[in-house]
Amino acid sequence: MHKQSLFHISKREALPLHKALLIRGGIILLSLVFCGLVTTVLTGENPFSVYGTILDGAFGTSRRLGVTFRNVAILLGISLAVTPAFKMRFWNIGAEGQVLIGCLATTACMILLGDKIPNILVILISLIAALAAGALWGFLPAFFKAKWNTNETLFTLMMNYVATQLSAFFIIVWEVPKGAGKIGIINQTTKAGWLPELGNAYMLPILVAAIMTGVIYIYMQYSKHGYEIAVVGESQRTASYAGIKVDRVIIRTMVLSGALCSLIGFILTSGVDHTLTTTIVDGRGFTAVMVSWMSKFNPFIMIAASLLLVTMDRGATEVSSSLGLNHSFADILTGIILFFIIATEFFITYKVSLRKSGKKEG
Amino acid sequence: MFDFVSFFPRAVMQGIPLLFGSTGEILTEKSGNLNLGIPGIMYVGGISGVIGAFFYEQSVGSGELNGLLAVLIPFLCSLIGSLLMGLLYCFLTVTLRSNQNVTGLAMTTFGVGVGNFFGGSLIKLTASEVPSIALGRTSIFFKTALFGETNGWFGQMFLSYGFLAYLAIIIALGASFFLNRTRPGLHLRAVGESASTADAAGINVTRYKYLSTCIGSMIAGLGGLYYVMDYANGVWSNNAFGDRGWLAIALVIFTIWRPSASIWASILFGGLYILNIYLPTGGQMALMELYKMLPYIITLLVLIVVSLRKKREDQPPASLGLSYFREER
Amino acid sequence: MTALETVKNAIKMENITKRFGSVVANRGINMELREGEILSLLGENGSGKTTLMNMLSGIYFPDEGQIYIHDQPVTIASPKDAFDLGIGMIHQHFKLVDLFTATENIILGLEGKLDRANARKKVQEICDKYGFDIDPDMKIYDMSVSQKQTVEIVKVLYRGADILILDEPTAVLTPQETEKLFAVMRNMKADGKSLIIITHKLHEVLAVSDRVAVLRKGEYIGDVATKDANQQSLTDMMVGRSVSLNIDRPLPVNVEPRVVIDGLTVFDELGVKRLDDVSFSINSGEILGIAGVAGSGQRELLESIAGLYPISSGSVLFTPPEGGEQQQLVGKDPMDIRKAGIAMSFVPEDRLGMGLVGSMGMTGNMMLRSWRKGKGIFLDRKDPEALAQRIWQELEVVTPSTSFPVRRMSGGNVQKVLVGREIAQAPSVLMTAYAVRGLDINTSYTIYNLLTEQKMQGVAVVYVGEDLDVLLELCDRILVLCGGQVSGVVDARTTDKMEVGALMTRMGGGQNNA
Repeated sequence: MHKQSLFHISKREALPLHKALLIRGGIILLSLVFCGLVTTVLTGENPFSVYGTILDGAFGTSRRLGVTFRNVAILLGISLAVTPAFKMRFWNIGAEGQVLIGCLATTACMILLGDKIPNILVILISLIAALAAGALWGFLPAFFKAKWNTNETLFTLMMNYVATQLSAFFIIVWEVPKGAGKIGIINQTTKAGWLPELGNAYMLPILVAAIMTGVIYIYMQYSKHGYEIAVVGESQRTASYAGIKVDRVIIRTMVLSGALCSLIGFILTSGVDHTLTTTIVDGRGFTAVMVSWMSKFNPFIMIAASLLLVTMDRGATEVSSSLGLNHSFADILTGIILFFIIATEFFITYKVSLRKSGKKEG
Repeated sequence: MFDFVSFFPRAVMQGIPLLFGSTGEILTEKSGNLNLGIPGIMYVGGISGVIGAFFYEQSVGSGELNGLLAVLIPFLCSLIGSLLMGLLYCFLTVTLRSNQNVTGLAMTTFGVGVGNFFGGSLIKLTASEVPSIALGRTSIFFKTALFGETNGWFGQMFLSYGFLAYLAIIIALGASFFLNRTRPGLHLRAVGESASTADAAGINVTRYKYLSTCIGSMIAGLGGLYYVMDYANGVWSNNAFGDRGWLAIALVIFTIWRPSASIWASILFGGLYILNIYLPTGGQMALMELYKMLPYIITLLVLIVVSLRKKREDQPPASLGLSYFREER
Repeated sequence: MTALETVKNAIKMENITKRFGSVVANRGINMELREGEILSLLGENGSGKTTLMNMLSGIYFPDEGQIYIHDQPVTIASPKDAFDLGIGMIHQHFKLVDLFTATENIILGLEGKLDRANARKKVQEICDKYGFDIDPDMKIYDMSVSQKQTVEIVKVLYRGADILILDEPTAVLTPQETEKLFAVMRNMKADGKSLIIITHKLHEVLAVSDRVAVLRKGEYIGDVATKDANQQSLTDMMVGRSVSLNIDRPLPVNVEPRVVIDGLTVFDELGVKRLDDVSFSINSGEILGIAGVAGSGQRELLESIAGLYPISSGSVLFTPPEGGEQQQLVGKDPMDIRKAGIAMSFVPEDRLGMGLVGSMGMTGNMMLRSWRKGKGIFLDRKDPEALAQRIWQELEVVTPSTSFPVRRMSGGNVQKVLVGREIAQAPSVLMTAYAVRGLDINTSYTIYNLLTEQKMQGVAVVYVGEDLDVLLELCDRILVLCGGQVSGVVDARTTDKMEVGALMTRMGGGQNNA
């Protein structure tokens, strides 16, 4: 009888960086080839023309280029925002809600204050309101986690839908016109509360994300807070031993994560979409969780990861629209790439070898 | 006046997909797998059934549908679709020991994408001549009340549903019995509490995780099938299923991992979803959205209270979210 | 059919090798257990005893070699295979599901219809037969350590195992309980069962076993009949050369009370009393040993003083060495203590789980004590890096660099990093818990010397230990804890093992009888 598993799995000694990068790069290529195959099978198109269409959809015109990079900036921003909490091993999957509540707070300020006070004040108050709302959304799960060890994954998950339903409620309260069930572009004529454009419609989010990348990198790497977060993530007992106030760090970090998420929400509503819908975040809060994780919490790798996912997303949308297919095709491709990347980690962490027969004498 | 007799069946019909989803997720979580891909799996379960029914209706053309096949084909397609998703989740998290949260979220992105893509593109892909996916002919067989035409308040409240609704309740009761009264159920709970203990006791942890997660996925997928085929009369519209998958996960917490409690709790959640139509404020769209928030708020409160009371029996399975690797040292 | 008939082997292990990554845990081991005997498997911590036994119980699978059970070649790929072959192992860390009852745990993994009532009856029968005192319906999370161990043993008996392996079963037991266990083991032997007991306590080896097998650094050194062995010969086999401890112990200097503990009482999170009205003083210029059965409140005591454990009543008064006002430590957390200018160092029992950050290198770990010192919001890396370099050289830590994760270092080097850092704080109080556990002899002596050096510099040193010989030779005074209470304070120079051993069990021992 052959009972033992065919494979022998053991932890690797750390793989040299270039080798690990090579494996990751190879897997991403493989996933892209696989995506092409899937596309071909589903649509019957020539795979090379599919890739062409993808690239064209993402970078083909200066407008597309701009939208792509703006979307990268938004996704990157949310990924950076969730990173401090993850590094602390706080499984916050509530970024979706934290961004959305920022959008909602911004919307409220724009609608209620727009054209009543100077524009700069509207923007400032919107920003503060958004940050406060996101901070609250981060504070609640962190508070209960710190005090009573309430499961944060489930807590933040629920908070997403509280934010969604709250937004849905206010969308109907503020709907334009009555009965439309949506808000439409806020202050379309006066542009009250709109963030000014920097050069073009895309620069502002890109700039914000670029600054955030640097700041988060320095914060995590060189600041005392970053050190505290790393220690708490490794072992809460070690943290207490070192005089780190664990509860305070958990709450502070989640407030920061929540506030940064809602900063992106503020940018989305005030600087990009100028509206509020329940789907304005469009799953990017969840995607950001994956981006942050697969980048090993490194802000610079997150840039590449965001770029990859957004390119595929934009490209696949182009492919499906050129073929008259449904735009959800992009989600399928995103999913496939993620599965490949998730699976790769195993082969980087572990060594798999065929098991020598245990029956023969050594 | 609040018309409970007509309200109740509507609440039940809202609740059944949640009941399928939560029963499936409870079985999954009892093995220590926190499958956040359940919303995606429910989409896949729904669309797989739709695809099966679509091809069957196409192949029969304008002829008469065979009742048994009309039910069986979508049913099996749905099971197969969700089974594949369950296998994918297990392969990534159990065999390849990936992070469960990340894998689950990717599955949901993927699954919702699959659902909406095929829902929106099936006609185009198969070059069919129908204007939209409306499987009314198949749906009739799913909607047929299992106990025939019934009258009176009792009939209306308890006997007026299609077979999948009763199946959901039977599965929930069965799962409850399985977890509490059978040996494999005891073993499964041991795996979720402490995989290394279960392993040391000679329980095949990998097999239990695979089986419970795959079976759980198939059960959850039936929730998607019920939604399109029965509740939505066989009409697939993109994103119509909405956040019900997450609501099912909320239900798991709300019932403190007890499938039998899910039966009434799913009806409660379903009722909250449509409550506003039956209240004096009826028709106020804005308030309806707030009622829809109630299940999440209540779940949050339950989550908090449970963690406050620290009763050991009420906590999430102890190894929830963790991969197990025997030779770790 | 004569007296020459060969004794049958219950287990025979042939050329067994097991590796973890690049570490060889067991190398080419040949060993046998005869039917109806009690075999002691002796070896220092880390000598590969548990790994070897785990290959019999199906937890690990050997990389090379062959196992025979009752002279049949077998493949043990899973714990289930082991059960089927009649092998039952009682692990050091209990493999029990907290949430289940004793009965549920005992029948876990078995097949057939679930019949709780019948199982309960059988459990009760076994308990009655051997005189075990457990309630079959009690949940594990309500049980004491010795009750849990009893459940483990009943579990194995329930399955009708005829080969039992006990992994350091006495580490958590009082002498009385140990005696009871040995009686049970002898009963089982009389029933024809074969037993292996893993231990590193020589007197237990001599008391209970028929034969002793010795492992050292993953290799099989040999075996000897117990009647032909004595403590000295076994020690020689175990450590490879004859050691008498000969720890250098200078007389204490300038002894004065540094920390005075009075009426200290603490409860754990489940509301169980862990320390009960504990009073004593920690003096400068001497090493205070703390002895006791595992779980008698040692951990709670040190953590309470260090500000890591909630204190329900009592006082902890610190007298600064430079004179000045006494300070109350109760109510202060580690950061408060530090800010009050009290240099208290603490080498906790759980090195990687409390004293160090496993994923960080030496430098990152030096920062655990100094991370607040940088300018503004930024960290200072220079000083910690310099300190790491110094410890790396002075204590001969084996590591490729100061950024190499300490988790991947060997146990001895991990402890050098931890102790080195704590001593570098120039403490006035230095508390250590099981400072030499799992370390080789040489590193252990390095640690003893470092502690003695600190004592001579006037530091108040606390040494919580488990090896009575070391406590007797290293310390100046020994405080004995028993069930969370102080059962005595003795002069280490004049006391003996008998006296300390008696104090350790004066109140019935460990937490279990609390």
